[in-house]
Amino acid sequence: MRTDSGVAPGTEPDTKPGAAAGRPRLKASTRRRLTRGILYAVFILAVLLVVFLADWSAIRINFLNLDVAKEMFPDILITATKNTIIYTVIAFIGGLILGLILALMKLSPVGPYRWVATAYIELFRGLPALLVIFGFAFAAPIAFNWRPPGGSAGAGLIALIIVSAAYIAETLRAGIQAVPAGQVEAARSLGMGPAWTMVSVVLPQAFRIVTPPLTNELVILIKDTSLLFIAGMTLTDRELTTFARDSVSQQANSTPLVVAALMYLIITLPLTRLVAWLERHNKRGR
Amino acid sequence: MSTEFPADQPLPAARAKGPAGVPAIEVRNLCKSFGDNEVLKGIDFHVDQGEVVCVIGPSGSGKSTLLRCVNRLEEPTSGTVLVEGVDITDPETDLDAIRTRIGMVFQQFNLFPHLSVLRNLTLAQQRAKKRGKAEAVEIARKNLAKVGLAHREDAYPGQLSGGQQQRVAIARALSMNPDMMLFDEPTSALDPELVGDVLEVMRQLADEGMTMMVVTHEMGFAREVSDRLVFMDGGVVVEQGDPREVLGNPQHERTQAFLSKVL
Repeated sequence: MRTDSGVAPGTEPDTKPGAAAGRPRLKASTRRRLTRGILYAVFILAVLLVVFLADWSAIRINFLNLDVAKEMFPDILITATKNTIIYTVIAFIGGLILGLILALMKLSPVGPYRWVATAYIELFRGLPALLVIFGFAFAAPIAFNWRPPGGSAGAGLIALIIVSAAYIAETLRAGIQAVPAGQVEAARSLGMGPAWTMVSVVLPQAFRIVTPPLTNELVILIKDTSLLFIAGMTLTDRELTTFARDSVSQQANSTPLVVAALMYLIITLPLTRLVAWLERHNKRGR
Repeated sequence: MSTEFPADQPLPAARAKGPAGVPAIEVRNLCKSFGDNEVLKGIDFHVDQGEVVCVIGPSGSGKSTLLRCVNRLEEPTSGTVLVEGVDITDPETDLDAIRTRIGMVFQQFNLFPHLSVLRNLTLAQQRAKKRGKAEAVEIARKNLAKVGLAHREDAYPGQLSGGQQQRVAIARALSMNPDMMLFDEPTSALDPELVGDVLEVMRQLADEGMTMMVVTHEMGFAREVSDRLVFMDGGVVVEQGDPREVLGNPQHERTQAFLSKVL
């Protein structure tokens, strides 16, 4: 499939389908142009359908209301977006540390460490993050008479760390196992112990291998901070989604959802582009 | 089966690092199985201090496994491996300390790709021998110069040719000041035109009196450099002796069959 520049002329194919009878005699290049023309026609038709079926005045008033959007500033930046980023960073760093411990446990020669790590990873990958956050924010404080640090936002964050650690542990384990066995043999044959071998030789290479999937994990975590709304946040603790939901009910207008969506995209799009770049770069580097 | 051979050359006194009179490597009745596959079937083998021993044999004969049992990269199934008189199969033995005295060179080089050449040479010196950075760098530079790569200390392994990588790997092992060196088919992964440089470095080491055990397919090197040649097949030592004798006048029919294919 070439994605060349000669596609623009194919946008007037409307009369062509009737020529089906002559198909066997068509040249290959003509047929290719015809097929592409049909694909374009379907696409344009779909766009037109959406444009004509949508109630634009309702959309403009309910979703693209500039006055409502203006109301959200500057709080959406100095509180909501800021909190989303802070929560993501905390959950990611916490998840990375806990995930590394779990990954090492899962590769441990000591059986019980492996079992605990496996049980943990299977449990928290199998549960919806929303449920875990709910549990930490409401069930755990009652069950253990526990006052979470940082209130319900703190409880929710701990839940996010715990869930993300399960995914990160699996990513790191795969990365560690992808480092060739010869690397460990070389380090050990030089008299380096298992701990130094892991720290100086295996982990640096493993992290390089898993940088793209880890960045993906980060993007997922950014979006998962939106689940914190279930924990019930104080005004200053609110992240983007909670903030947008509150604005929606205050203003009786859905524009805040669109603004929040744009904010998420401003954060996530550069990161997903970075992942794509890293993947290409990694491939070339090896 | 371990035949005692008169040492044709006296040991250079400066090289005798281990306890005097004790073989550098002594293997007794060594067996190694991978599952049902019996790779070593009761090997008796030794390398004296200052001696260069080449091990040849068809693939699957167990020669690499024997070499890897010497620093316990492979766990022997049964038998004894003594390095300078210390039993390395004894759980009480400090394996890491023993390994700093045994340099190992791999077929696939196994340089650390994320570290510069110089750092490849200093890492284990600092981590395992607890040398200071300045001392480690000085020793590393000396050994890089020895293998003719002093100018590449800032390069990364991926930027070097296979032959250069293997010379760096030899310099890395030498930087631990080992008493002996193990070579596991050091030239088998190299393009033919790069083999010579690596063999030259190994020959130089042998001339300096380094104790060496070399698993190889390079018959020319084995003939000219080794003090003793060991032929293995089917997990046993079939024949050993003076390399010119074994290569020129093999006694055993399995040796004859193998040599007729490779020479």
